[in-house]
Amino acid sequence: MERVLVTPIPEGEVRALRVGDVVYLSGLLVTARDEAHRTMLEKGAPLPLEGLAIFHCGPVVSKKGEEWQVVAAGPTTSARMELFAAEFLRRFKPRVIVGKGGMGEQTLQALAEVGAVYAHFTGGAGVLAAQAIQRVREVHGLEELGIPEAIWVFEVERFGPLVVAMDAHGRSLYKDLSAQVERNMEAIRARIRGEVKR
Amino acid sequence: MGFVEGLAQALALAATVLPEEVVRALRAAHAREEGPARVQLEAILKNVEMAKEGRVPLCQDTGTPTFFIRFGLDFPHLKELFAAIPEAVRRATREVPLRPNTVHPFTGKNPGDNTGRCVPAITWEPGPGDAVEIHVLPKGGGSENCSALKMLSPGVGLRGVKEAVVEHVVAAGGLPCPPTIVGVGIGGGADLALKLGKLALLRPLGQRHPEPEVAALEEELEELINASGVGPMGLGGRTTVLAVHVEYAHRHPASLPVGIAVQCWAHRRATVRIGPDRSITVSQ
Repeated sequence: MERVLVTPIPEGEVRALRVGDVVYLSGLLVTARDEAHRTMLEKGAPLPLEGLAIFHCGPVVSKKGEEWQVVAAGPTTSARMELFAAEFLRRFKPRVIVGKGGMGEQTLQALAEVGAVYAHFTGGAGVLAAQAIQRVREVHGLEELGIPEAIWVFEVERFGPLVVAMDAHGRSLYKDLSAQVERNMEAIRARIRGEVKR
Repeated sequence: MGFVEGLAQALALAATVLPEEVVRALRAAHAREEGPARVQLEAILKNVEMAKEGRVPLCQDTGTPTFFIRFGLDFPHLKELFAAIPEAVRRATREVPLRPNTVHPFTGKNPGDNTGRCVPAITWEPGPGDAVEIHVLPKGGGSENCSALKMLSPGVGLRGVKEAVVEHVVAAGGLPCPPTIVGVGIGGGADLALKLGKLALLRPLGQRHPEPEVAALEEELEELINASGVGPMGLGGRTTVLAVHVEYAHRHPASLPVGIAVQCWAHRRATVRIGPDRSITVSQ
């Protein structure tokens, strides 16, 4: 199933999503890496995040006159944000987290509680991501955090493809897959071991 | 074209254009995948097109510039080449632009031009002749973090080598941005095994090791790793590696080192050839 989520995203729309769905995002996408999470949990968010999407990303940007331009904006590894994500979700209620590599059990629980999903964007596809960013609406914490760690508010149009990898029903593609990979590995190990007998 | 210009051109080419045979391998993977795996490969192929068209870096992590140089002992311009390399890195960093990726491990300071202590890393390999072949391999941090050295007991034999490589690459899951290219160096010492792994990455995809036993090991490792189901970006699928390349060296009787160099799908690479008459060609 393929659909476009438009921010502010209603809770019901997110709860209807299932692991494996492909979605695109239009509206406001807000970047946050390690430091941005920490800062927002300590001092509050610079804008209301309910219904918006959070992006684990440190973009490459350049300034043309007064306007910021995004050159490349691929996702960073989400696992580092596991420290903050559960509390962050409960407090600010974004409906989508965009990143790569997946997140852990605490986030999975908070997603179900709050009504949000974790969506995977292709690692390395920084140009494709930048192409969907129409405009930088605002940036917060640029002085203190620097370009990669600042909180960038992007206006995006059909940002994606995003694969729903953790849904609001406690399912995680990563968890399902690692069980499957472990089963496959048993057969693979046997194949390697079998050769020694020959 | 001067040496600095030629080398900077190669760095720009590597950062923005994926070698044709890598694109072919990605297209072949796209054709055999479905579901989330296919979506990932579609995004990758689209991204590759866009980067090439706009001449912008494929990925925001433009990597650490690394050079492998085979130089003829009769090449008359070595001194000039030696000085040109860091200069070319500075120039490409400014002009492409590349992300400044060199950080001092103690102070955290970044000189901003992709140079620093021991960086760019250069491997010089002398040989006969009067020409030079320079391979540029800007390697991203995500995949480099998944590279490893295994010091095995020789008693485990080739079976142990297979096990070590397969277990390691599969355990890395989606972290190195698969489908990856894996270079395996067997033998030598600890440093040589890893170096051989990296050198194995320079070989174009689809080109097997000339020795049949080594080529067979490459094929088997590809098959075994792809049977894991990790898939593109670790979201499941048939393609976890695009290729496995193996190189080897003689080993100490007590040692069986295995160097595993993991490269992300954005296998950025370019080659510069310089003749004794200073003629320069840049290719991929």
